[in-house]
Amino acid sequence: MTEHTEIDEGIISLRSQNVPDTQVVVREASLGYENLVVTEGLNFGINAGDYLCILGENGSGKSTLIKALLGLKRQIAGEIEWYNGLSGKDIGYLPQQTVVQRDFPASVREIVRSGCLSSMGWHPFYSKAEKQLADEKMKRLGISEFANRCYRELSGGQQQRVLLARALCAAKKMLLLDEPVTGLDPKAQNDLYELIETLHQEGITIIMVSHDVNAALQYASHILHIGSQRQLFFGTKEDYLQSDVGEGFIKSQGGAAV
Amino acid sequence: MNPIQTLWFYFSSYPFVRYAFVVGLLISLCASLLGVTLVLKRFSFIGDGLSHVAFGAMAVATVANLTNQMVIVLPVTMLSAILLLRTGQNTRIKGDAAVAMISVGALAVGYMLINVFSKSANIAGDVCSTLFGSISILTLKASDVWLCVVLSVIVIVLFLAFYHKIFAVTFDESFAAATGMKTNAYNLLIAVITAMIIVLAMNLVGSLLISALIIFPALSAMRLFRSFRSVIVCSAVISVICAAVGIILSILCSTPVGSTIVCADIVVFFGFSIAARLTGRTE
Repeated sequence: MTEHTEIDEGIISLRSQNVPDTQVVVREASLGYENLVVTEGLNFGINAGDYLCILGENGSGKSTLIKALLGLKRQIAGEIEWYNGLSGKDIGYLPQQTVVQRDFPASVREIVRSGCLSSMGWHPFYSKAEKQLADEKMKRLGISEFANRCYRELSGGQQQRVLLARALCAAKKMLLLDEPVTGLDPKAQNDLYELIETLHQEGITIIMVSHDVNAALQYASHILHIGSQRQLFFGTKEDYLQSDVGEGFIKSQGGAAV
Repeated sequence: MNPIQTLWFYFSSYPFVRYAFVVGLLISLCASLLGVTLVLKRFSFIGDGLSHVAFGAMAVATVANLTNQMVIVLPVTMLSAILLLRTGQNTRIKGDAAVAMISVGALAVGYMLINVFSKSANIAGDVCSTLFGSISILTLKASDVWLCVVLSVIVIVLFLAFYHKIFAVTFDESFAAATGMKTNAYNLLIAVITAMIIVLAMNLVGSLLISALIIFPALSAMRLFRSFRSVIVCSAVISVICAAVGIILSILCSTPVGSTIVCADIVVFFGFSIAARLTGRTE
């Protein structure tokens, strides 16, 4: 299985020696359900400040990998190790939109504040600090003016910014974005990518699941490519461009090599 | 006597009218609080299914000649709530079928049991009042009222204590789970509270009309209001006012309590729909 896998062993070993900025290392992980392996042989590591883009076709186990990283699903085999006091709960998650949300009566402020819930424990109401945190994140993402607006009346791009603000309330160091630009028009897609890049520049680790290979090549620092049932590539973007997997995929997606 | 005098006469001379009023308002308040979440989570059908189960349990309790029917009805309904929620999560279609199966099954078995074993002379009347709650609210004893008050207070306190968490789980379960919230536990809590409300509401509107009490105020409020809190507050206000109006009208016009309250809810729903259209708030 692994003979086709172009893993940069150097990167893995560097990332597993508990360097101060290592955040998570995944070793020989197999993911799936009780009797069904969705994907196996996952080997990669993420350091603070990385911008990792996870590429792969539908059904390649991307969503299972997301669940495993978030700690919602245990891997069948292998290890997912967190370093420097982080865990799956410290990821700010931007899930794909659900049907329920489209006609949900909720103000932007209510939604952003709900990102603070995880740190509240049994406290029933928001404290001043939590309200401030939410205000600050709304300001940072430029949605303060919508604070009292209804979520469902916003445009797709604005909605994603609201959910990003909520994710930032929940976690400060790492964001996991699941197909963030789905359903947005090209302008809004571009704006959102630029916004994510700004957050990355400010030091937040970004993990983005996508099938938009052009965006991956433009913004990501590292690429993880999952094929059907196994990992095809992990390494820096530059190495990906040189690899057979990378060249093949870019061609098949009609993307232009940067 | 003018209507106000008539009302005063009833209130001052019959304790059961006062009981009915207190119980009616509390139950409608509880039902409306959770209604918003149930509607948004697409759980309306669970409320409907559970009310049939509660009818079945009530039938068993009647046949067993229990003086305190709650002993059976409450635990059975709660258990079904948990079961329905579990099956509902696994697969959509199977979950739907399970709800239909359990609810219709409970209805059939309940009716059969009452028919075969009941010693009451007026079986049709018994069944009708359990289904539509036509008279039972006026036959409440002080102990029933206390039970109702205690259960309502528990529901309201739980709802307030978990308000923000219920919001998070309703709006985006995957995000809530990702930040470490025990979403299954909260879903369970919602199911159990729903079961409590349904058992409570059986006294007021009967098992067939409970869903109306849960759904209508929420839907009306969602026509006009745009934030979760305003929707909750508005649906609570609508529900309590409709219950009060319904009970008063039913006393004055001798109409069945349950259906009068639900009719009031329906009128408000259409009123709000028209208002939403006039103010241009429809999508």
